[in-house]
Amino acid sequence: MKYEVIDHTADFGIHVFGADAKDLFANAAFALFDLITDIDALKGLNEHEVHITGDDWPDTMVNWLRELLYLWTCKEMLVKTTDIFYLAEHELTAKVNFDSYDPDRHEIKNEIKAVTYHQIQVESGPLGWESKIIFDV
Amino acid sequence: MTIELKKIDEYRWELPKTGAMRVPGIIYSSASMLKDIKQEEALKQVANVATLPGILKASLAMPDMHWGYGFPIGGVAAFDWENGIISPGGVGYDINCGVRLATSSLVEKEVRPRLEDLINALYQNIPSGVGSTGFVKLSIAEEKKVLKEGSRWAVRHGFGEDSDIEHTEDKGCMQNADPETVSQRALERGRKQLGTLGSGNHFLEIGVVDKIFDKIAAQAFGLFENQVTLLLHSGSRGFGYQVCDDFLAFMTKHVKKLGFDLPDRQLACAMIQSDEGLRYYNAMACAANYAWANRQIMLHRSREVFSRVFGLGPTDLSMNLVYDVCHNIAKKEYHIVDGEKRAVCVHRKGATRSFPAGHEGLCEKYRKAGQPILIPGDMGTASYVLVGTKKAMEETFGSTCHGAGRVLSRRAAKRASKGRAINRELEDKGILVRWTGRSTLAEEMPEAYKDISQVIDVVHGAGISKKVAKLRPMAVLKG
Repeated sequence: MKYEVIDHTADFGIHVFGADAKDLFANAAFALFDLITDIDALKGLNEHEVHITGDDWPDTMVNWLRELLYLWTCKEMLVKTTDIFYLAEHELTAKVNFDSYDPDRHEIKNEIKAVTYHQIQVESGPLGWESKIIFDV
Repeated sequence: MTIELKKIDEYRWELPKTGAMRVPGIIYSSASMLKDIKQEEALKQVANVATLPGILKASLAMPDMHWGYGFPIGGVAAFDWENGIISPGGVGYDINCGVRLATSSLVEKEVRPRLEDLINALYQNIPSGVGSTGFVKLSIAEEKKVLKEGSRWAVRHGFGEDSDIEHTEDKGCMQNADPETVSQRALERGRKQLGTLGSGNHFLEIGVVDKIFDKIAAQAFGLFENQVTLLLHSGSRGFGYQVCDDFLAFMTKHVKKLGFDLPDRQLACAMIQSDEGLRYYNAMACAANYAWANRQIMLHRSREVFSRVFGLGPTDLSMNLVYDVCHNIAKKEYHIVDGEKRAVCVHRKGATRSFPAGHEGLCEKYRKAGQPILIPGDMGTASYVLVGTKKAMEETFGSTCHGAGRVLSRRAAKRASKGRAINRELEDKGILVRWTGRSTLAEEMPEAYKDISQVIDVVHGAGISKKVAKLRPMAVLKG
């Protein structure tokens, strides 16, 4: 299981899992776009590079998802897959594969306004990595 | 976590000052509503807000309070203008989310036979739903003018009348707006969304005045029984979300300067009198102005639809704007603190301004009656018109509640609605619904919200606003 949805009174969030940090961040990206659209309907033929920084793991996670949400809300890119080729606590570089939004082909399931720091968690343990992130919807 | 509350009187509960709190918390609630409030983290958030520098008198919460990000929804906090902070989390993502109410010359029995045509025409003419784009196409240069001028921009472009501006909080424009303080991303995100309703809890509602509680105020507001009304709830769309998010990120990086640890990152803030603080205040004002222009354009479109459907000109239709209030905002206002008039920055996050008769901030028309306050309920029950009071000035920095407040999460609401046709249930009650998002109706079902009448009873009983009229929904358009 890559992620599950968390209930929150006014909004919702994701509880994401990963074998390692890269896997966790890739799965968080998957969860975000899985909530926004039907990922199976995407082809992901276009490429875009993303580079972000952060103060610590939670900040880097929020900034990563913020950047991806920006690609959707401002550039109308729907991301199918991400290939994270550099990840450390304070920095992430990745290539993302996306489709340009086409109202006739893509269904939009949820409007996600923002990625919040509310009760943010990014943790590693003997069984792997996990993170909790709440979205403002 | 257990937080003990001390009863002050029937409608007020004190959260005593402990630990790093600089002032106590005060919760407006009834004993019965308090049980729900205690189950959530919202009380802890009231306490967290009380730790922020420059907070005056108390960290306040309205009866519709619930868990928010950083500050609770339904929270009111005023900070000293010279020595206090300003926080994007104290305003919320949807900056100047708000409500406007327009009246008409029509009564229920004239509208009922044409109601379906009316709501269908509104559905076709007011863009709504996830990522909806508007019919107003803006260049970045023109968008900056919207951000500077607010409602005035809309009226200048033919979307409304001068009197609409008079009947809008702050005349639909925060003067300090500075488009140079907002990011390219915010400008991009807002460019195509002007004149759109949005999704989630935003709506347009055709209602009818069901009951008048205060004849004198109702008359001043132009309300009479059986009158058909239009209520609009929307905000600054993607533009406002981006401004909030940009400044949360920005202030998170600079907050260490304040020299104390934040209990929650969503409380990121800056001293008002700092470069970061003033930049946020001026960017937030841009979003506030965007929201006012947005609601102004939608009101104008709605008037056009009413005109067409009923074959009436503007004079016969008389769709006058009663008022437009914002419920997510931070503003410089003057209030009496310790017997002294002081400039403060009032944060209202899910709370509405409640200015009394005689207040200099009110337009001529309402100077004698007091400020109209618009409180939307859920789509199956009722909405209320209240009036501002002196008591609000004395106790809550001129503030009152903003709505019903959620009790069920969106997923819980979806589960509760399984196998039911919410639109049919509403139709059986005489309420037509049109909606865009596939799960909107389930998520926004009436049971997902607190009982609005209980919220209203608290603010009326506590005297921080007074009941004027109750509106009953006839048809609702949801995003």
